[in-house]
Amino acid sequence: MTLTKAELADLLFERVGLNKREAKDMVEAFFEEIRNALETGDGVKLSGFGNFQLRDKPQRPGRNPKTGQEIPITARRVVTFHASQKLKSDVELAFDGTTA
Amino acid sequence: MTKSELIAQLAERFPQLVAKDADFAVKMILDAMSEALVRGDRIEIRGFGSFALNYRPPRVGRNPKSGEKVSVPAKWVPHFKAGKELRERVDQAI
Repeated sequence: MTLTKAELADLLFERVGLNKREAKDMVEAFFEEIRNALETGDGVKLSGFGNFQLRDKPQRPGRNPKTGQEIPITARRVVTFHASQKLKSDVELAFDGTTA
Repeated sequence: MTKSELIAQLAERFPQLVAKDADFAVKMILDAMSEALVRGDRIEIRGFGSFALNYRPPRVGRNPKSGEKVSVPAKWVPHFKAGKELRERVDQAI
């Protein structure tokens, strides 16, 4: 099973009482607000779930794996996610060394 | 941006809803996402990214204080991979 925006919208419709349109828009807006914050260089802290942070990576040498030709990998900004202590320990406890 | 700032932004976007709805919606979304990972399910949000569990094999670690060897059992840890749109928007912002 995979959780998607459609399931999240269903949940808001059933449990929060938003209408279908609002539920769909709310889920879209939730992720859009997070993208907006990250786009403006602001990290996002969602207590109990985790933090989205930005990392600036300097340019580094790379190689085209097919031709072996050296090409620089340009400097870039990337998003990293750090799960909260709570989420990490809930996941660890649920599996306890077994297969996911 | 914190969770309460996110809730405030969403409440502003949906003036027809009561403020409590935005608060409840954010908590409901985050709970559903946590529960999915705890069940071992993936989360796929087009344009944002995907969350899944990554396996960490068992290893022999060391107590940094005493230097004693300790066996660390295998575990699963949450992992996020940014989607194309998020990756591009964040990178173009520099």
